Formats: sequence, C-alpha cells, structure tokens
Amino acid sequence: MKLLTHNILTSKCLKGVTVGYPLGIVAKEVKVNEVDFNPEFISRMIQKVDWPALCKAAENLGHTDELPSTVVDDYENNEEFLKKAHHFLMEIEVMNGDLICPETGRKFPVTDGIPNMLANEDEV
Amino acid sequence: MSGRPEHQAPPEIFYGEDEARKYSRNTRMMEIQLTMSERAVELLCLPENQPCHLLDLGCGSGLSGETLTEQGHIWTGVDISSAMLGVAKEREVEGDLLLGDLGQGLPFRAGAFDGAISISALQWLEFFKVRYFNNYCFIFHLIDCRLCNADQRSHNPAKRLYIFFSSLYSCLSRGSRAIFQFYPENSSQVELITSQAMKAGFTGGLVVDYPNSTKAKKFFLCLMTGGQQPLPAALGVDSREDAPNHVAFSQKRDRVKQLRSGKAPKKSRDWILEKKERRRRQGKETRDDSKFTGRKRPSHVW
Repeated sequence: MKLLTHNILTSKCLKGVTVGYPLGIVAKEVKVNEVDFNPEFISRMIQKVDWPALCKAAENLGHTDELPSTVVDDYENNEEFLKKAHHFLMEIEVMNGDLICPETGRKFPVTDGIPNMLANEDEV
Repeated sequence: MSGRPEHQAPPEIFYGEDEARKYSRNTRMMEIQLTMSERAVELLCLPENQPCHLLDLGCGSGLSGETLTEQGHIWTGVDISSAMLGVAKEREVEGDLLLGDLGQGLPFRAGAFDGAISISALQWLEFFKVRYFNNYCFIFHLIDCRLCNADQRSHNPAKRLYIFFSSLYSCLSRGSRAIFQFYPENSSQVELITSQAMKAGFTGGLVVDYPNSTKAKKFFLCLMTGGQQPLPAALGVDSREDAPNHVAFSQKRDRVKQLRSGKAPKKSRDWILEKKERRRRQGKETRDDSKFTGRKRPSHVW
C-alpha cells in the first residue's frame, strides 16, 4: 500500500464513524521502490492530498528524511519539492502492519501490501 | 441451474485459488478483457495525454488494471477475492490493491479519483442467492462460521447497491465518470442497478455495443457526476459496420475463387482433353482424340 493510497483511505464505512480519517499506521514491514517520476501527475495529486496526514504517516513509518511540513508555494515549478513528494507518495510502500481507525480503534490488517478493509456484518 | 457463475457462489468463493489462476491464464479471456477495458477507458472521456488517478472496481487479477497502466494512469483496485488479488500481486501489477466488499461502501475520501472502471464485476455485487447458499452452507459452516453470517448480503441487494453507488459518487471528483462493463441477467436487474445509481446522484445510462450480434454485444453502464450529458455513441449500431466475430460474404468468395483458378471446371470437354494430354506426357497409353471425345452422352439411368 503506497502512501498515496493511505492518504485517501478512511474508515467511514463502519457504523458509528463520522470522519474516520486519517487512519493511523503501525507498520511491521516497509519497502522502498523505484517508481517513474511524473511531475504532471504529482502536481495534480498535491492538490488532492491531505498534506498534514501525509507528514503524520511518514512520521509513523519512521521515514524522517525531510518531507517538508507544508506545501511550498508555486510547487508546480519546484522540481525538488515535486521529487520529494513523489518519493513519499509513490515509492514508500507498507507491506505488513495495521491501519487504525482514529474513532473506534478498529484495526485493518495490511498483508503483503494489501490492506483488508472488509468489515464484519455487525460493523456496517 | 443457469450456468451464470454468480449464481453458483459468491465471488470470493467462486474465485478461489484454482479458478483465479485459470481465469488469468485463459488467453481468449484475456483478449476479451483487454478489449473491454480499452473500450471502458475510451468511454471515460479523460483529458488527452494526462495521467489520471483511477479506480478499478472488482479489479480481480489485474487484467483491466494493466490496460490503465499501459495508458499511463495510476490506479487503485478493489476486489473481494483474496485469491484473485494474490494472482494480481504475482503478476506484479502497478496499481495498489485493496481487499474489500463493494457493497459495504468504498472507504475513500471525497473527490479522490478522476474516474472509475469496472470490468465484468457489477453482476457479482447484487446477488447472493439464498437458495444456493443453503446448499453449501452446511459444508462451509464447519470451515468458517463468518460465512454463515454472509447470507445477510442477500437480504437487501438494493441497499448494498445504493451504499456502493453513493460512496462511489462521493469519492469521484466532480465531472468524472464511472464505466461498468457487465453481463445483465435480465431487465429487472438492469432496472434495479440504474435506479440505485440515479438515487445516489449519478446521471447517464446504458450504452450497448454491437446490439445486433449475440457474440459481440456488450453492455456498458456509463455513470456521470457532472449533471446531465449526452451518452457516448455505441459501436456497431450503423448496419454497414460489421461486428467482430462475423465474416461477410464467405460463400460468394468461394465461388469467385473457383473461377479464378485458371483451370477448366471438372468434367467439361476441355478438361477431358487436358487430362488426356497429361496422360500422354506421363507415357500412359491413351486413346487418340476424335470428334467423339467428351461428346454429350444421352443421359443414363444408372
């Protein structure tokens, strides 16, 4: 599960959850891949991404290699910033661990890179 | 038993490990899936040359997702069968995968995606036929008690469809579309699906490609978020355009081939004279030609 996906995941399908975002991450195994850099795509995603949630996720994973804490002005033309964003959004992958609902504490396990978002009958 | 796979078992049982592997190795299946995926992306009407963030609903083993990657998009896939997702992982698809039940709603933030496709998955969403469930419930009861609770899925297909469509509507950005290729069982199923989609706020409708061909006919449910818009044109509706799997004029071609081969048609006088020449060249004993060679005989009664 890439951090881009984590950034858009919520637990709002569960009963009793109002926002369900952002999900906490407890990671047991993290992988770093090399992914082709597409500046146009990253620029557009930065508009949709919740930046504080991304920083929090990076922190949870112990990847403190300098993700800037706020989005820089004029980021579309700042290649260095875009490359950093790309690295965190697309190249860091959680392989094993748990995602945690901030309101109920319910855990969604991540196995082999795939989060299990299936809810039990009584939770929906 | 109708033979439709979704009547036999729910998708995560039907697509167990063996079936998942079979599905992804069948080349004809792969070709069909590829064509349908390309057509679905076409119907999405995405801006040209722009990589988009797309959702693949019922992504299975990633066949449709690969088309998205090929066209330069970044995608996330959701499926209920862990066996199918396992095959997708083995095939090292580029998209991120999620194990989830579409009928429970999509767990995504508002406006997260630029579009969604779904190939051959929608018909699985609705139905978990209680009568088939009762047949194998006893067997599975011992294996996984959670399955016995799953019969609740059959209690309200309309509700599951509505939860799915309304969560989809919210996680799509304004102006984007969701295209579903599926195999409708009957018109009331189509009616149920489209009515729940409209209730959830979508506009759009059904596009039927090659409506006059049983083999090539394909159904695409095109849902839009941007308010009322004209539906894209279906393929193969103009009668001059041939559906695939259909070869035109095959009998006419055979006759033309015969006349063009340069030889005399069989049993005519010319053919007989040619044949006698051939025999002489081979050194075989042949009667001389005369005015009686190959003459018309009075018709015999054999």
